[in-house]
Amino acid sequence: MAIKSNKAVKISQKHLLGIQDLSISDVNFILNEAKQFIKLNKSKNKKLDTLKGKTQINLFFEPSTRTQSSFELAGKRLGADVMSMNIVNSAIKKGETLIDTAMTLNAMHPDLIVIRHQDSGACNLLSQKVNCSVINAGDGRREHPTQALLDALTIIEKKEKIQGLKIAICGDILHSRVARSNIYLLTMLGAEVNIISPTNLMPEDIEKFGVNKFSDMKKGLKDCDIVMMLRLQNERMTSSFLSSNREYYEYYGLTPDKLTYAKDDALIMHPGPMNRGIEIDTNLADDINRSVIREQVELGVAVRMACLKIFCT
Amino acid sequence: MKKQYFLNANIIDTHNSLNEVGGLIVDDNGLVEAIGKKVNKNNIPSREKVIDLKGKYIFPGIVDMRVFVGEPGYEYKENFRTLSNAALSGGVTSVVTMPNTDPIIDNVSIVDFLKRRGRDKSKINIFPTASLTKNLEGSNMTEFGLLQKKGIIAFTDGLKTIQNTRLMSRIMKSAHDLNSLILQHAEDLELSKKGMINDGIISTKLGLQGIPDLAELIIIERDLTLLESIKCRYHISQISSKKSVEIINERKQKVKFTCGVSINNLSLNENDIGDFRTFLKLSPPLRTEEDRTSLVDGLNNKTIDVIVSDHKPEDEEQKRLTFAQAATGSSGIETLLSLSLELYHNGSVKLETIIQALTSNPAKILKINKGNLTIGNDADFCIVDINKPWIVKKEELISKSKNTSIENKKLQGKVTNTFVKGVELFKL
Repeated sequence: MAIKSNKAVKISQKHLLGIQDLSISDVNFILNEAKQFIKLNKSKNKKLDTLKGKTQINLFFEPSTRTQSSFELAGKRLGADVMSMNIVNSAIKKGETLIDTAMTLNAMHPDLIVIRHQDSGACNLLSQKVNCSVINAGDGRREHPTQALLDALTIIEKKEKIQGLKIAICGDILHSRVARSNIYLLTMLGAEVNIISPTNLMPEDIEKFGVNKFSDMKKGLKDCDIVMMLRLQNERMTSSFLSSNREYYEYYGLTPDKLTYAKDDALIMHPGPMNRGIEIDTNLADDINRSVIREQVELGVAVRMACLKIFCT
Repeated sequence: MKKQYFLNANIIDTHNSLNEVGGLIVDDNGLVEAIGKKVNKNNIPSREKVIDLKGKYIFPGIVDMRVFVGEPGYEYKENFRTLSNAALSGGVTSVVTMPNTDPIIDNVSIVDFLKRRGRDKSKINIFPTASLTKNLEGSNMTEFGLLQKKGIIAFTDGLKTIQNTRLMSRIMKSAHDLNSLILQHAEDLELSKKGMINDGIISTKLGLQGIPDLAELIIIERDLTLLESIKCRYHISQISSKKSVEIINERKQKVKFTCGVSINNLSLNENDIGDFRTFLKLSPPLRTEEDRTSLVDGLNNKTIDVIVSDHKPEDEEQKRLTFAQAATGSSGIETLLSLSLELYHNGSVKLETIIQALTSNPAKILKINKGNLTIGNDADFCIVDINKPWIVKKEELISKSKNTSIENKKLQGKVTNTFVKGVELFKL
């Protein structure tokens, strides 16, 4: 299957480090490219040779199931040689710095490095030290651009637009890179974004990014078209932010009752992995009429294929 | 040593309220013999060699109250010799060194070693501090009295704050009895835990854990409340926020204490961190432009007494890491004066105020006879071409560590000569 690409349009960035660096035309370029892969991913023969002969290294410093497998699959479907680095067994655990790792990998002449790291800005540091393009698969609490792009694509597929929609992002905003990337992207594309979080998990000055903030979930959900739930990131919490999970569920868990405050046709999204019964009612998560969580994963591969293709040097 | 004559200099000595064009005579023992406008060509024997400074400035040697030296234990970052050379190139002739070395300066025996090393290897005056608590653990006081007798001039836990209020009140009581000077790093360590930069829009944008200005304010308020009941010599090492300036301004009406500011916080703000510039990971952190201008105002209205370099040499390996992993602090002793002069050149602070905050004020707080050019004192001074433009280049820095916060910055004003006890130890 041949995929046409629009050669006239070019991306403004060498690397995909964050949504903050992208222009609207960059975003539209990526999303349009991704749309072409949706059908391919549903077809029988999914293999292309777009990136044949190219080497893609996945460098994951944090455990990840869906993002890592999604990037791996995306690379393979485009015909790239994909290597996933297992950090647990690598020299980094023996004290090698990120820059030294970058130098080592760079000497192997990869065409793309996909990196996930627990420290904000790690991908920026890496991008300064290697010759190839770097794609950020999540850095600390800063950005997770491909997640935001796939969320946007999912919304567009379901609602046909983003402009003018009212979108709620609920949960642990403080520790969430998904929230940050989505805030940048959805406001850029013309959505009205409500941030819902207990004040303990609300980052300082978040309203300066052009969003409305709420600590009362019901008020924040009012008339929303999309309800995006976030995972409670217990592993990033250094001290007590919340009294208990059950109290959190009572006030910030998405339940059928709270969902009634949103629009009747509001869709539920979640970047996964889900804490069922903590941030989301288990039946709601599986409700095929409301939840698009499965579609998010599906479109994730298409978005990552588009990003790999566009940013590959 | 031969007698030295300097003429046609702009001399500023805030200790002696001197700000005039004149000359300086250094006697054959390296002491100030005469200074000021009365020193001119007419009262110098014609056979003597005279140095015409043609309007350059003479300032007393700078007293830098907050300097980290790597000796003992971290000589690869900075030793007394490299520190001296860096200091001299910036007109600094006296430094107060921090106790967080390895071993930590917390007992009498290590002070003897330190004094010996300082005397043998250093060309400038070293005034060592000892820690407030043993092993910097924040639990048991060190021997203020005995340490002072050995030559320790102040006590501080350096980068750490005395968190325990009961201990702090006891430290203040001991300091009262023994007339000891406390230098407090004001930061509530629980509120600032894992923090890297100012808490606000930049920390949210970069995804870095923030340090709220409240962390500083709470310790300042607590200590000043204690100080109202327990009188002692108390100095806040560095402040960084508008809130701190306000509370200090208010409390100075009631109780006696002093406070300092790092030249970094006076000159830079959080936006300079840009794309994760680890050289700007500092403690206290750079804050907003509003905070910065408030600190400048605080310097002008005498709320802030002292400017320090907060010189913290770190080898590059400790900075070539992700922001979270990178070491905190910047090297700055050799750019302290030039960067301070930026505040004069851009019209925000009077030259006298800057010189006072760099020389006579720290000396007065420390009770040392430095930072002045009083007749009969050591001729520690620097000659400065106040308009000379130059650019900070990492590779041209003299300090062993090159972690400057102002790489490639254009500055105006450069030290051309520095003298300690009448001996010229630096010449541009």
